[in-house]
Amino acid sequence: MSINAEDALAKDNLQLAGHGFHSRLMVGTGKYASHAQTRAAIDASGAQIVTVALRRVNIGQHLDEPNLLDVLPPDLFTILPNTAGCYNARDAVRTCQLARELLNGACLVKLEVLGDQKTLYPNVIATVQAAQQLVDDGFQVMAYTNDDPIVAQELESCGCIAVMPLAAPIGSGLGICNPYALQIILENANVPIIVDAGIGTASDAALAMELGCAGVLLNTAIAGATDPIAMAQAMKHAVIAGRLAFLAGRMPKKRYASASSPLEGVMA
Amino acid sequence: MITIQLNGEPQQIAAECSLGQLLQTLAIHAQRIAIEKNQRIIPKSQYANTFLAPGDQLEIIQAIGGG
Repeated sequence: MSINAEDALAKDNLQLAGHGFHSRLMVGTGKYASHAQTRAAIDASGAQIVTVALRRVNIGQHLDEPNLLDVLPPDLFTILPNTAGCYNARDAVRTCQLARELLNGACLVKLEVLGDQKTLYPNVIATVQAAQQLVDDGFQVMAYTNDDPIVAQELESCGCIAVMPLAAPIGSGLGICNPYALQIILENANVPIIVDAGIGTASDAALAMELGCAGVLLNTAIAGATDPIAMAQAMKHAVIAGRLAFLAGRMPKKRYASASSPLEGVMA
Repeated sequence: MITIQLNGEPQQIAAECSLGQLLQTLAIHAQRIAIEKNQRIIPKSQYANTFLAPGDQLEIIQAIGGG
């Protein structure tokens, strides 16, 4: 069966929370120089799902500054509030509840319960606890976790709509450190697996998609690039290329050569 | 005047002040925030008829850039 690339992509939506998304790249909104740069980078990336953090309003300061949600209107983008900065289940659940109120009842959340500030590795025990409470409370939970296949299955069993293993520590840009663990997670999964955190450049995102991930979520790889807009475009193409390569089915790896040109008719 | 805790800091406000009036005073648009009073979320529909008492702890949060 041959694949017409455009046809394949047109039909190949990411199904998440009852919606189909044509872009499999999800992006964060942190670390940009300005709101204008944030929007320009996100437009260049083609991402439809964008993460935001929740923080206290600065009372009496910068009241004339536009709000992030004016720059990224919820009617144009699917806003995915995160629980970044939460180190226990209680704070994470509270943050999600505030996010739901803020976003007029939208219940899609990115759950992350962190273990320590140095590694930002997830506390997977607290993550599973929080995920269970949030699912019971009607949230649609996308859970950030480490690349442990057992924990990924626990999160799926809790009712998470997507499981999001890290490629490497948040903001490290190290790329996919353990593709073998990721492959085991993918083989076991019945929900979308989205690589979240640790992507450094376009080839990392392409590799995640080639392995069969449903999507990629990244922030610093774009915001921390010398030219964020150009990197946003690179990521867009990398995710598309990786997805197509996955759908196309790569050739098997072999240890010895196999000539591409016919052996017959070689001049004597 | 009464004193409440607003986002972790003491804030003097008028007695008999509703949440809606407080937001007006602070020039904060209700559409882009969420509020917790004494650790309980107050829905936007109740801002006008939620009144503040001395010592109330208020958290007003918004969305900002993050991954």
